[in-house]
Amino acid sequence: MPCKPLYIMEVCGTHTMAIARSGIKRLLPKGIELISGPGCPVCVTDQGDIDRAVKIASMKDVIMTTFGDMMRVPGTKSSFMDAKTNGSDIRVVYSCLDALNIAKENPKKKIVFMGVGFETTSPTIAVTILQANKDGIKNFFVLSNFKLIPPALIALAGSKEIKINGFMCPGHVSVIIGSDAYKDVSKRFKRPCVITGFDDDDIIGGIKRLIEQIKSNTYKVEIEYKRAVKKSGNAKARRILYSVFQIRDSQWRGLGNIKKSGLKFKKQYKCFDAEEEFKVKIPKTKPPKGCICGKVLQGIKKPSDCRLFKKVCTPRKPIGPCMVSSEGACAAYYRYG
Amino acid sequence: MCLAQPAKVKKIKGNKAIVDFGGVSRDISLGILSNVGVGDYVLIHAGFAIGRLSKKEAKDTLGALKELKDAL
Amino acid sequence: MRRIIDMDKKITLAHGNGGSLMHELIEVLRLSLSNNILNELADAAELHIRKNRIAFSTDSYVIKPLFFPGGDIGKLSVCGTVNDVSMKGAVPLFISLSFIIEEGFEMVNLEKIVQSIKKAANKAKVQVVTGDIKVVEKGAADKIFINTAGIGVIDYPGRVGAKAKPNDVIIINGTIADHGIAILNARENLKFKSSIKSDCCNLNFVIKKCLRASKNIHVMRDPTRGGLATALNEIASASNLGIEIYEKDIPIKPAVRNLCDVLGFDPLYVANEGKFICFVNKKDAKKVKKAIGPSAQIIGKVISAHKKEVYLKTKIASSRILTMLETDQLPRIC
Repeated sequence: MPCKPLYIMEVCGTHTMAIARSGIKRLLPKGIELISGPGCPVCVTDQGDIDRAVKIASMKDVIMTTFGDMMRVPGTKSSFMDAKTNGSDIRVVYSCLDALNIAKENPKKKIVFMGVGFETTSPTIAVTILQANKDGIKNFFVLSNFKLIPPALIALAGSKEIKINGFMCPGHVSVIIGSDAYKDVSKRFKRPCVITGFDDDDIIGGIKRLIEQIKSNTYKVEIEYKRAVKKSGNAKARRILYSVFQIRDSQWRGLGNIKKSGLKFKKQYKCFDAEEEFKVKIPKTKPPKGCICGKVLQGIKKPSDCRLFKKVCTPRKPIGPCMVSSEGACAAYYRYG
Repeated sequence: MCLAQPAKVKKIKGNKAIVDFGGVSRDISLGILSNVGVGDYVLIHAGFAIGRLSKKEAKDTLGALKELKDAL
Repeated sequence: MRRIIDMDKKITLAHGNGGSLMHELIEVLRLSLSNNILNELADAAELHIRKNRIAFSTDSYVIKPLFFPGGDIGKLSVCGTVNDVSMKGAVPLFISLSFIIEEGFEMVNLEKIVQSIKKAANKAKVQVVTGDIKVVEKGAADKIFINTAGIGVIDYPGRVGAKAKPNDVIIINGTIADHGIAILNARENLKFKSSIKSDCCNLNFVIKKCLRASKNIHVMRDPTRGGLATALNEIASASNLGIEIYEKDIPIKPAVRNLCDVLGFDPLYVANEGKFICFVNKKDAKKVKKAIGPSAQIIGKVISAHKKEVYLKTKIASSRILTMLETDQLPRIC
């Protein structure tokens, strides 16, 4: 039987926020430590990718479209918000389809969509690309910074620095990828994985199932979020996703390069690839001095361990993305204690 | 890492549907979900239905907390 | 709390969002212009003019879109100032009206706005007694900006200011976040359809009833930009007391809560225009609640612990800190 405390990684940023907002941490019995993981697509988008996007946004006749999450994330020097203050046309959209509509309404401009997200989001962009292709739209482009969760979990579970006894897996990513996607993680590293929903009782129920498995030395993949997640996930969504995109290695802010954890356009859809359209050279980036977002994302350090936390790095003046993203571990800690 | 909200399908027109989140409705895409019918409950993310939802069993949060403490 | 603004930086939109950045900017101005009346930083100033207690307030309206579900910039400009004056425990009587209009603005829209102002002023029983118009070149203003100032007479025996007192409870007159969400949906073209409307309205008559019901009202505040959470933080800070509120008791319309959930917004930080919170000694809480009517709700109380901080008791009976708005909320998918 493993010794206390038990470390549970809540992979998903939406779980981090839900846990912080409800105050569940204060009610947990002693001996359970929740660690915030890298399931915050805003947090793990590489600085260089943000710099590229900001540079493209500042170009003439470009309309940059983005989910609101990305507006304040700092690259090396500036964010979309800074670029907007300086005159760039950057618009927040609720759906990628809204960005495609903007392209249709502005035929003389180039509309670029900042593609950030995991498997919940990337299929929706794939559908949009297929629609754009069908409609013959030539002025719509996507920056593909999408990432995949299971390879990141494998990288984390295998790391010697991290003490994780079990994974609370993201509910909505799992709607798409299904519970089978975690079998590899569970078996290889002998860690239980419980796919959990976002209501208070879901989260508590998910933690309970993890504790039960850890205590009995089992390592299965379980679905707590039964009302939404199936073993096989959403096969149609995955089929469409991989008809437009293929897998590539990807740079994760704070974690470095993770093999086969990102997506790039397939050849026949390269005409929608913003990286191809705007061949922007971005110098290699270093993380800001003193920022330990990388270690926070891996669950090795807590936000309160960072010497910049609250003193220099605040939601208003974020140094690293864990503070900028409303789901980031540091932002959650700052707001909710 | 993904906000998705339950909604009831009110109307279907081709690959699109009108869904109701409870006093708020919107056009959404059915592009990645098949066999959706009027009256179904679906999860909506970024303007798309991503999966079907079955009814949630009524749960007692404080009871769940007690069960968790017992499990430890 | 004194902070130093970086004089090399530029003003950003965040400096006007009602949150902590705006408070820092206000502090810079206050330090330069400091006097006992200004330093209170309440919604309206209390002036003593030849033994009369006068409440005086001003506000500017730059809202987009100009016409929205539940109102328009004209109605907002009257109600906003009427309410600010009322928050001091005063009966609002007269307002001034100043327009800054962008070249090219349509006459027909100006007329609509003026009619709206007339209707709102009549409803609130205030008179527009002086005004001004300026027209600026295209691009120098966004269609139309309105400034109003209002004065009223205070005949309330107590002093309704910015500082709560121990044993105060907090009452709100209705549901939160209606206005901000209605505006956001209209302005950002998010394509959600709902019956959500701005709650923009004049509060002077309901406030009058409250003032009649109790001599122990210490603070009244309308939680506009920055939402309920920000207003509570302002009061906790000014009072050097703690505040505790209860999540389950905060009234919110289901449609508003659902749209907040979809967009990833916290309703506690969303603007209101027809709501006020009232800090009253607990012995008069029932009377004031009754005076407001069935929509009134006790949402929390003043506590001696956690001075200058606001804590939220969550639905699962845990507790967390509730900070002031830092940066504007944006629709998100994660």
